[in-house]
Formats: sequence, structure tokens, C-alpha cells
Amino acid sequence: MYKKIKQGFIAVLPIVIGYFPIAIGFGLLSKNTGISFKGTSLHSIMVFAGASQFMSLDLIKAGVGTGGIILATFLLNLRHIMMSASLSVNFKNIERKYLPLIAFGITDETFSVASFNKDKINLPFILTVNILAYTSWVSGTIVGFLVGETLPKALQSSLDIGLYAMFAALLFPEFNKHLRTFIIALLAAIIYMGLYYSELFSPGWDIIIGIVLSAVLGTFVFKNKDTKEEKL
Amino acid sequence: MKSYLPLIFGMAVVTYLPRLIPLVYLTKKKPGPRLKRFLELIPYTSLSILIVRGIITSSQDMIGPAIVGISLAGISAYFKANLVVSVLIGIVASFLMINMK
Repeated sequence: MYKKIKQGFIAVLPIVIGYFPIAIGFGLLSKNTGISFKGTSLHSIMVFAGASQFMSLDLIKAGVGTGGIILATFLLNLRHIMMSASLSVNFKNIERKYLPLIAFGITDETFSVASFNKDKINLPFILTVNILAYTSWVSGTIVGFLVGETLPKALQSSLDIGLYAMFAALLFPEFNKHLRTFIIALLAAIIYMGLYYSELFSPGWDIIIGIVLSAVLGTFVFKNKDTKEEKL
Repeated sequence: MKSYLPLIFGMAVVTYLPRLIPLVYLTKKKPGPRLKRFLELIPYTSLSILIVRGIITSSQDMIGPAIVGISLAGISAYFKANLVVSVLIGIVASFLMINMK
């Protein structure tokens, strides 16, 4: 068990350090959007979803109401259905009573770390990953709210890019393993841009449809490959 | 100051349920090969789309720094820089670019 905690610690360390400045960016932006200290902290404590939290601030500024923001959040988070479903295959050896606890900690980043370390997954591993990532996110948010304003303006703006920089840093190394991961990511990007600029779907839906459509197309494109060697 | 508690509570619910439900229901069954392949592709399609969304929804003057910062972070990670270093490279690059204007 000690070994698994250590493996989890090593796997999550980049996320812990990466989350912190991004959470500072969130705490600060939330304060500037007019949300109280209590609201800002609770946001990170209860929701724990970087992309959704940043999006909700955008939507508050754009004047969207509570119901609209909750709906958009739901749509944006539907991708976690696919992620959770994708991970569930690797959680078969974990006692079911712990699943609600593990589920709370599934973010884009902890999901990526877990799915790229499938062979190491067990309860101590995944809990270590989730708890440390969560602690970093919540404490970064609080620090950002309290002292973020003392940072230079340009640095404040670049912290907002940190979240996407982390997404890229998780995705690009996978291109090394298989050409097909690059093709599928490119395909998804093109499909999403088409959906976004066509404005056929409301924001949120375009994300879900893009993720599902490109993954479905991917299963056809790579149909003839042997699934066993295809350890993504 | 407006209370955002109903919003935060609602967001918490719609964030938690999509994380929980598949985990509880799908750990019982084994997916078929087609579904398995579909699920395996999800990390790539979702990360890619979130990155593109981050770029195209940023404000006019931030698009350049966003593209440069995000690309440099990805490229550094591709060439084996660890995640933290890559994210910091991305943040520093966009910081420098914003300052150059």
C-alpha cells in the first residue's frame, strides 16, 4: 500500500504543482467577477472542475442567468460521463463503496493521469492522486483570492492560459506513442471548429457532440487495428 | 454582493453526477470491443477540443499569447519535459508575449 501511495504521489505531483497557479488565476478572476471569498472558496471546494469554473465566470460576466450557467456546466461536464465510463473498466478491483468518493475527484487531469497509468490503478493510488490534486486546487483558489491582485496584470492573464497549457502538456506526449492519437486529436479539433463556427448548437452542446462524433469516427477509421496491441 | 450559492450548488450537482453514474453502473459490466475502443479515444478527443475551445473563445488580444503558450507547453511535454515544466513554459511564454505588446 505504501508503494501505491508513493506511485500515486509521483504521478500526481505535476498536477499538484500545475493546478496551483491555475487555481490562483481562478481565485483572482472570481474576485474580479464580484464573487465573495466564501463563494469563491466554495466553488472550488464543491465543484472542483477547472474548465467549468472558468466558463461559469465567463458566463456570469456575459450576463447569463443561474439556470443557463448550470445547464452549460452540465453540458460541458457530460464529457466526464465518457471519462468515468472509460475509467470504470480499470476500477473493477476497487470496492464499490469507495466509488462515490473516487468519482468526486475525476477531473480532466486526474483522469488523464489515471488512464495513462492504468496498470498502477488501485484504491490507495487513485485516492492519493485525487486528494492531493483537490488540496492544491482549493488552496490555490484561496491564495489567488487573497493575494492574486498583487501580481502584475500580464501575469494574471497568462495564468488563465495555464489550464489549457496543462491540457496540451497532457495530450501532446501521447502523440509519441501512436500516430493515430495525433490523427484523432486533429480530427476532433477540426470537427469542433466546424461545430463552433457553424453555431448550429448552443455552447456546451458543441463540445459534447464534437467529443462523441470524433471518437465514433475514430472507431471506424481504426477499425482494422488489433485492439490488443492498441494500448492507448 | 449577489449570492452565488444557488449557482455553485447547482454546478456541484451537475458536475458530480456525470462523474459518479457511469462509475457505479459500468464497473459491473465489461464493454464490447467497439465500445471499448470508443471509450479509449475519449481522452484524446476531449482534451483536443477543450484546447481548441480555450483558444478560440479567448479575447481578441489574448489569442496570440494563448496559441503560443499552449503550443509551447504541448511541444515541451512532447519532447519529454515534465508536466510542471511544460505548464510553466507555457505560462511564461504567454506572459512574455503579452508584455511585448
